[in-house]
Amino acid sequence: MTATAWTNVSPRDAEKYEEKEFGFWLYLMSDAIIFSLLFATYLIMVGNAAGGPTGKELFSLERAAGETALLLFSSTTFGLAAVALSSAERSKVLLWLAITFALGAGFIFLEIGEFRGMIAEGAGPDRSGFLSSFFTLVGTHGLHVSVGLLWIAVMIGQVLFKGLTAPVASRLMRLGLFWHFLDIIWVVIFSVVYLPGLL
Amino acid sequence: MDIIFGRLTIDSLPFYSLIAASGAGVTVLGALSVVAVITYFGAWRLVLFDWISSIDHKKIGIMYIMVALVMLMRGFIDAAMMRSQQAIAFNSDGYLPPSHFDQIFTSHGTIMIFFMAMPFLSGLINLIMPQQIGSRDVAFPFMNAISLWLTTAGAGLVLVSLVIGKFSTAGWTGYPPYSGSEFTPGVGVDYWLWAVLISGIGSTMTGINFLVTIIKCRAPGMTMFRLPLFTWTVFVTAILMVFAFPSLTVACGMLVLDRTVGMHFFTNGMGGNMMNYINLFWLWGHPEVYILILPAFGVFSEVVAVFSQKRLFGYISLVLATMAIGFLSFTVWLHHFFTMGSSARVNSFFGTMTTIIAVPTGVKVFDWLFTMYRGRIIFKPPMLFTLGFLVTFTIGGLSGVLLAMPPVDYLMHNTTFLVAHFHNVIIPGVLFGYIAGYMFWFPKAFGFKLNEKWGTWSFWCWIIGFYLAFMPLYVLGFLGMPRRMEHYDIAAWQPHLIVAAIGAFIIFLGIVCMAVQLVVSIRDRNEALDLTGDPWNGRSLEWATSSPTAAYNFAVLPQVQSIDAWWDMKQRGVAYKRPDAYEDITLPKNTFISAVIGGAGFVFGFAMIWYIWWLAILCLAVIAGAVIVRASDDDSDYVIPASEVKAIEDARFAQLAKAPKNEMADDPGFAGQPVAEGSA
Amino acid sequence: MMEDASGIPIERTITPYLIGIVLALTLTAIPFGLVATGALDRSTTLGVIVVVAVIQIFVHLRFFLHIDFASTPKENLIALAFACVLIFIMVGGSLWIMFDLYHRMMV
Repeated sequence: MTATAWTNVSPRDAEKYEEKEFGFWLYLMSDAIIFSLLFATYLIMVGNAAGGPTGKELFSLERAAGETALLLFSSTTFGLAAVALSSAERSKVLLWLAITFALGAGFIFLEIGEFRGMIAEGAGPDRSGFLSSFFTLVGTHGLHVSVGLLWIAVMIGQVLFKGLTAPVASRLMRLGLFWHFLDIIWVVIFSVVYLPGLL
Repeated sequence: MDIIFGRLTIDSLPFYSLIAASGAGVTVLGALSVVAVITYFGAWRLVLFDWISSIDHKKIGIMYIMVALVMLMRGFIDAAMMRSQQAIAFNSDGYLPPSHFDQIFTSHGTIMIFFMAMPFLSGLINLIMPQQIGSRDVAFPFMNAISLWLTTAGAGLVLVSLVIGKFSTAGWTGYPPYSGSEFTPGVGVDYWLWAVLISGIGSTMTGINFLVTIIKCRAPGMTMFRLPLFTWTVFVTAILMVFAFPSLTVACGMLVLDRTVGMHFFTNGMGGNMMNYINLFWLWGHPEVYILILPAFGVFSEVVAVFSQKRLFGYISLVLATMAIGFLSFTVWLHHFFTMGSSARVNSFFGTMTTIIAVPTGVKVFDWLFTMYRGRIIFKPPMLFTLGFLVTFTIGGLSGVLLAMPPVDYLMHNTTFLVAHFHNVIIPGVLFGYIAGYMFWFPKAFGFKLNEKWGTWSFWCWIIGFYLAFMPLYVLGFLGMPRRMEHYDIAAWQPHLIVAAIGAFIIFLGIVCMAVQLVVSIRDRNEALDLTGDPWNGRSLEWATSSPTAAYNFAVLPQVQSIDAWWDMKQRGVAYKRPDAYEDITLPKNTFISAVIGGAGFVFGFAMIWYIWWLAILCLAVIAGAVIVRASDDDSDYVIPASEVKAIEDARFAQLAKAPKNEMADDPGFAGQPVAEGSA
Repeated sequence: MMEDASGIPIERTITPYLIGIVLALTLTAIPFGLVATGALDRSTTLGVIVVVAVIQIFVHLRFFLHIDFASTPKENLIALAFACVLIFIMVGGSLWIMFDLYHRMMV
């Protein structure tokens, strides 16, 4: 273990970072409520296809598997960035953040492709209640991932220009909470939406 | 549809009706006069650099209360218009056409809940809670300011709807399918949705802020079970805010998607399920009413102890009751839609839970009564409002227990009986509580007391006016009158509605008394100065600071050893002990970024309402940019050197030495007859 | 992992992430495989999907988010537990209400 900028954090600053982490955790709890209500709505409306296409016709197991793999690996690569952070290896932090970004961007690319395809064949969110709830649930998750990508980009910039200071480290840890949380939501998404839909 | 202006056209201006044009005129004139007054006093530097850019919790609190009081007047005008319309509209159209009347009852409810009560409680909590726990600020001062400006942005959207376009006619609850684009296209419902969504994000952030502050920022020795009751109620309220507002975001977000993008969450066909809106809305809506009332209960706990000159009775039971209310508030939401058609099993479960939730509130009422028993009561305005609350709120609570039974609710739902019930708990409960808090803590905020004569008159007008305005509504409910009626043809209803209108007028006098009270108090402030910081011989730590409080609250953080920490310090003789040494104090710098985010939020809402997409995207970019700039700023604090702290504190101790004897220490005065300064 | 309550890591190792990804991949492959092959009947498959998802959530919480009873601050755990209780009430209650209403009002 090497000495790092934040092992010498003053008690007052450590308190501040603790407060920020707890506050962010509470935000994630409120987000969990939002997602759980979106899931509840999806379950209530999954049968409301209004004579239009259902999940069985629209979903693709391969694409869902691809999206899952990308996001899962991106969680791992973020973890590797955290390991590099703890041993103060700046270039490794940058490398793993960049790889995480690429994997996350790949996820978004696949998802946008999925949405565009569905809309093109007349299965957009305005086709039925089922599709409205599908697009909103999965789309809200995708929006969160996109914000996460922006955040990763900002953090890459901060690490480049400020180095691995205590405030930068604190922000990276909160980003990590966010990123892993989104992977948990995705586990529920494929378990509630894609897999049952394809059965 | 225009690319640049969306669906905004010249026809959006309110020249189609005299009443609408007058409303717009008043709003524009109001805004212009604010600008004129600031310019006249040469106060732009002060307003911009000391207030709008401030992220000090005390200033944010005061600004919240200012928003609340302004919106109280706007919401009251709506009420007065409804009462006068209903008083005359027997077999007549009255003076308000239905579409206008519908906008008025919608904005009345929306304003009173989202833009009067929420800012009022956020303001009082912001001002006082950090001082009560011995902290220098809330945990996240910058986010605190964003919350204020987002709430103001929402209020701004409601006000702008008077000038450009129309407001919603769908009630403050906005039920689909009526609120969907098939039945109510146009901007009204969209104004409502974005005002609610934007301020709701502010409220969620406020909840997080308060919760972290209470859990993490308490002074040494301030354990959870030594917290003042007001802070306990804030704690539970904050939990409710964090966990309930997401449901409102989901419900209103889905309605926005239905209306703007043509989705089918709540449409009458194509697989929509409009009952889900009602489910999601009230999942938020019920905790919301407890968010509104719990801090008021906290105020009453503080006031009743101080003005009975006795320790609060049953501290543990009050804390446990508050926690019980908080938890149970998530288990009763279906009682708002018993009549939507659930089975007896579902209805009776929620009816039972609703009856149970009345119990902890009853415990609190008894605790307050036992606090007063054998106390030496001082009938100053905050205590008058508390006594009025105890009697009147109990009636409202009882009518709630009646409504909790589904078979009874089937008869009473959406009649004026329901309207009477919820006003009977909100006005004596929420509003009296915040008015009492406003009068109680005013000296802490500004350094001088409010005039008690006008405060007393205000109280009597409010309580008499309340009974006259709302007791007839119970009777009308039994006579079968539905709520939200623009005209009617049943003669038996009119006398009651006339009495109700008179009551509304008397309430108006009560509001006038409050306005006069403020003007007179400012004029006479030098005769009512609070030189000690402890004008009421208080019990909790906010009274340890100077009035108005210094920027850093406490020069040296207090060491707490007991419940009623300040009272305990006074008993032990350490209350005004000069510290041996002072230290440098670090505080956050002022910044305009939070106001910029709020302003961009306002413009974003406006752009989304009018389908001006390029502007909406631009605003999101501004908000993102502002957040990124702030998140890259590692130098956002400034230091007050110990020498400056010493200078401020020395001045305070000098002032203390000159202060006359506290009138409440041994010789209590009665309301309207304050003890003369300097008498023994 | 010795983590200071400030959330700023004093030490992070690669081990939990390796364990996590292996477990998560396994717990993902199982339900995907069942759906791809149709090996079990519908309700059993649904049951496996749910169980495996819950386990995977715990895997993520433990190995990626480093949540445990030792190093995670008490208030974070309480907030998480409270959120779970509320989610149960809100989602469970909503499903109960809406399906009850569906049977009574929409059939």
